[in-house]
Amino acid sequence: MTATRTPPVATGAPPPPGPGRPRADELARIRRGLRRRAGLARRRARWLARRSASRALHAWRSSLQVRVGAITMVVAGSVVVIVSLVLFSQIRDQLLSVKRQAAIDQAQAGVLYAQGEIAGIAPGDAASVRATLDRTVTALQRSGGAAGDFDVVMTYRTGDREVSGTSRAFVYPALPADLRADVDAGNQSYRYDEIPDDAGEPRASLVVGAPVQGDTAGTEQIELYYVFPLTQEAESLALIRSTVVISGFALTMFVVGIGVLVTRLVVDPVRRAAGTAQRLAEGQLEERMTVRGEDDLARLATSFNAMADSLQRQITQLEGLSQLQQRFTSDVSHELRTPLTTVQMAADVLHGARGDFPPHVARSAELLRAELDRFEGLLTDLLEISRYDAGAAVLEAESTNLGALVARVAAGMYSLAERHGCELTVDRAEEDVIAEVDARRVERILRNLVGNAIEHGAGRPVEITLAANRTAAAVTVRDHGVGLTPADAQHVFDRFWRADPSRVRSVGGSGLGLSISLEDARLHGGWLQVWGQPGSGAQFRLTLPLVAGGELTSAPLALRPTVVRRAGEPA
Amino acid sequence: MLGPDQRRMGPVPPTAPQNGPSRGRVLVVDDDAALAEMLGIVLRREGYEPAFVSDGNRALGVFQQTRPDLVLLDLMLPGRNGLQICQDIRTQSTVPIVMLTAKGDTIDVVQGLEAGADDYVTKPFKPVELVARVRAQLRRGETGQAESLAIGDVQIDVPAHQVIRDGVPVALTPLEFDLLVALARKPRQVFTRELLLEQVWGYRHAADTRLVNVHVQRLRAKIEKDPERPEVVLTVRGVGYKAGPP
Repeated sequence: MTATRTPPVATGAPPPPGPGRPRADELARIRRGLRRRAGLARRRARWLARRSASRALHAWRSSLQVRVGAITMVVAGSVVVIVSLVLFSQIRDQLLSVKRQAAIDQAQAGVLYAQGEIAGIAPGDAASVRATLDRTVTALQRSGGAAGDFDVVMTYRTGDREVSGTSRAFVYPALPADLRADVDAGNQSYRYDEIPDDAGEPRASLVVGAPVQGDTAGTEQIELYYVFPLTQEAESLALIRSTVVISGFALTMFVVGIGVLVTRLVVDPVRRAAGTAQRLAEGQLEERMTVRGEDDLARLATSFNAMADSLQRQITQLEGLSQLQQRFTSDVSHELRTPLTTVQMAADVLHGARGDFPPHVARSAELLRAELDRFEGLLTDLLEISRYDAGAAVLEAESTNLGALVARVAAGMYSLAERHGCELTVDRAEEDVIAEVDARRVERILRNLVGNAIEHGAGRPVEITLAANRTAAAVTVRDHGVGLTPADAQHVFDRFWRADPSRVRSVGGSGLGLSISLEDARLHGGWLQVWGQPGSGAQFRLTLPLVAGGELTSAPLALRPTVVRRAGEPA
Repeated sequence: MLGPDQRRMGPVPPTAPQNGPSRGRVLVVDDDAALAEMLGIVLRREGYEPAFVSDGNRALGVFQQTRPDLVLLDLMLPGRNGLQICQDIRTQSTVPIVMLTAKGDTIDVVQGLEAGADDYVTKPFKPVELVARVRAQLRRGETGQAESLAIGDVQIDVPAHQVIRDGVPVALTPLEFDLLVALARKPRQVFTRELLLEQVWGYRHAADTRLVNVHVQRLRAKIEKDPERPEVVLTVRGVGYKAGPP
């Protein structure tokens, strides 16, 4: 430990203040920044990879063309790769075996020549040995051969001393050791190895070695090595390889191209048919496919068009009929209104003067007026429902206080409730429920529901509940009357449907009330649902979005009451 | 069960007739002879003096001759239709106009109200409804106490039935005037549409808020500097309307 402290590093404990401090801080900050950036980059790369993977998966699933293209590419690519590998290795083997044969032939010829040359060597005289070796090597080099360019090395060894003659530097020390051992053992042999060229760069070469038998058998050992560079062969092989790769790639692409093209020829008409079918489904009944030629695809187009024709004819016919019917209903309703007004006013005048009539005429005037009221109700409902059928109903949404609306409906119903001896209660939240609704329609729905509840409530209490959550408001109307069976519940919204045909009508509904209410609720994008149980009464629930055009996901009130009394138990 | 006895008990007694025993002259513009005659019977029974015209083209001429206190106007007429007649009459007079319409559809009702009608009755209606509408419209203008009101930058002279904005008198129909006065009398109160229907139109339970909406628009078009950004008659979202600060 020396007295001087090393500059503090960022990871150290709080260091004393000093000139080194800010730099360390800065370094740490930079390091942290880099780490963060690297993390970001990694995350981004992962995200990109995930996105492209999901895109590829989507393309694979959705496009027949992509699938066919990919499969063709894999199959054709594998075949091409295998074929090229086999082809390439055969060409290479052939090339090398030709070269090897020529090289061995030349080496044998060299050995014979060298045997003649070494006959006159004086074994003890190093200078003579060297001169002989050099002469032989030069002669062999000059004589050339069928195996192309080459280098020659000749070695002369007695005991531990070795003398070598070589046509080129670098070659002798680079001779492979295992080849030398082989030749030492008296065999002729060859190796492929890297031998340095003039610049000292290694290049692939074929090295052939053979022992030269001297006539004085004994201590001396002479070896002859030929080094054939494989430059030319390597060049040829490189050329062949690139040719094979390029042609293989081109072949694969060609096959894939054909695959995609053929698929396209089939897929395109199918896609066109799909597009046309979609436009037809969207209501563009004029849409047809173009028929070209007489093949299977043309037949597809022809039958498709025939189907579209028949569809269009039927839809037009039905539309015409239904429009006619709707207009008829609407016209009849309107035309009836003027005479009905006159008749009603006349009946009213008669009714007002009934005190002056004999009893049977007075009673007739009463009946006349009462039934005209019913007739008018029926006509109004019929007109309303025909307006819905004709698609002419328009929502006039306005911010409305639903609490006040419910209270108003209840106030209007108290007298009817009193006549049925039933108690009408309203339960609503403290705070105002403001919703964008068509007050006239909502009021009509609620009047209808409450009227029905009182009529079928058997004199037991009728409860109106209003609640809201953040997106929706709901009103439930609960009675404890005879209730509904599940089968009844399915039909309550049907036109002119009555739970019990023998029941006496006291409210005098038209039988269209709930149908209209359901349409009113739907026009708001709302729900009108019913729950019922025989003996336990029924509950209707109206759910409306707080904002006009909003979508409903849940209702703030349950459709099924939490406490349901068992059948027969007194209320 | 409303009988004739109850019908006579209006909330406010009808205006004293200006000529003889008649409570007011009512012009019935309707091409249906039976309905027109029936309307005549009911109106006479209630003490009004009916006049009739069945052809839309002659309606304005007859209106000028008879100078009625109220017009009952059928919207579907041969010749000039009800909407056009309504506009014709409005160019000359602020007389109350009650439409008779066979369609309760919003578009028809709103068109009629925008053409200048003050109220409407949808066929089929009962005599009691019709008479209530007629009586409510003829009752206008009798609320005059000597008072002067201000709402926004608008001055209202109630007995003189005059509204002045920036020193310039603004011509309002009696109904528009009553609507403005109702709002101005209680400047701090927010009026629901139902309350306005009761106070201005005389409805008790029936609530057709279109009447209020259209008339507020008409009123704004006459008295506001910029009807898109009202300063005199303010909307209170989800509740109704109130008077702007004076």
